[in-house]
Amino acid sequence: MEYIIIVISAIFVNNIVLSKFLGICPFIGVSARIETSIGMSGAVMFVMTIATLVTYLIQTYLLDKLGIGFMQTITFILVIAFLVQLVEIILKKVSPSLYQALGIFLPLITTNCAVLGVALMSVQNNFNLMESVVFAIANSIGFGLALIIFAGLREHLELADVPEPFRGVPIAFVVAGLLAMAFMGFAGIV
Amino acid sequence: MNQIKNFTKGFIKENPVFVLFLGLCPVLGVTTSAINGIGMGLATTFVLVMSNFVVSLIKNFVPDKVRIPSFIVIIASFVTIVELTMQAYLPSLFEALGLFIPLIVVNCVVLGRAEAFASKNNIFSSIIDGLGIGLGFTFALFLLGSVREILGSGSIFNFKFIEGDGILIFILSPGAFIALGYLIVLVNKLKKKGA
Repeated sequence: MEYIIIVISAIFVNNIVLSKFLGICPFIGVSARIETSIGMSGAVMFVMTIATLVTYLIQTYLLDKLGIGFMQTITFILVIAFLVQLVEIILKKVSPSLYQALGIFLPLITTNCAVLGVALMSVQNNFNLMESVVFAIANSIGFGLALIIFAGLREHLELADVPEPFRGVPIAFVVAGLLAMAFMGFAGIV
Repeated sequence: MNQIKNFTKGFIKENPVFVLFLGLCPVLGVTTSAINGIGMGLATTFVLVMSNFVVSLIKNFVPDKVRIPSFIVIIASFVTIVELTMQAYLPSLFEALGLFIPLIVVNCVVLGRAEAFASKNNIFSSIIDGLGIGLGFTFALFLLGSVREILGSGSIFNFKFIEGDGILIFILSPGAFIALGYLIVLVNKLKKKGA
């Protein structure tokens, strides 16, 4: 039951992009087409889950044990940067087709604040190992959902006659605001 | 003259938020009031200036291949300094900004300036550049924070000027996106008039 609450809350109620404002850069940057946004969501899901798992282990067995919690930010960002590189190398070797699909998005993920944010949040919420992993997967699904819906909206937006100063990014923000408003309808489920 | 131009470019011409669209997560996340916006902006400015300073100091000693990781370590160190200092002396602001303080590490503005400017220029102009871009960022956060606070809770710097609530949606998440969208439109319009 607890897991279901974590999942529903992370995907709909406290959606990572639309209500926590993490990962806005890829949300605006790679949402022009549905295919690229699916690729990005896949890559984020992959890295976010592994990163949260590894940072959880580091936090519990290294930082807490040694009492060096102040090293958290530095350690986590290095671990994430390292993991992204590792995932890239392994994918290239093991599954070239998946690498082809996710390849260009992987380096971008290092500076995706959603990954670091989810790792930090699961430490702050005192989740155990299983909860952290579920939290990471749910958040990455929430990210993917928001990104893909938004990409669909933007594809349609291309056909619309938008006033000149609004063209491009500004109208995307206004649409994102409306989408966030729609997601607010989920508030109160959990 | 050149340094002045270097300093002022961050406000309008190369404003990281309104023109370059960098570092948008804290921009949307913390701007529920003007004072939060200024706090976040100044914290980022400190990190920007210090990391630009150190990066330009060590630019000749760091091998090209490990450039980016070493920049990240430098930035993360200053972020940790800000985080611990703020927690000790400004606990209420620290509480309000929450997760977004450690997330300055992944703010693309900071790494972007280190890579694009500080690693190529001398120490003095790197500091000026960090200060200019940082204050431009603060200016954008302050602007969005005031718009949201005025419309959303009918107050400015916690000074209330209307009875009851404002247009609540501007304090909530959709208002952040919409207010920023309209501010960018305004900047676009002004830029066009100026050109």
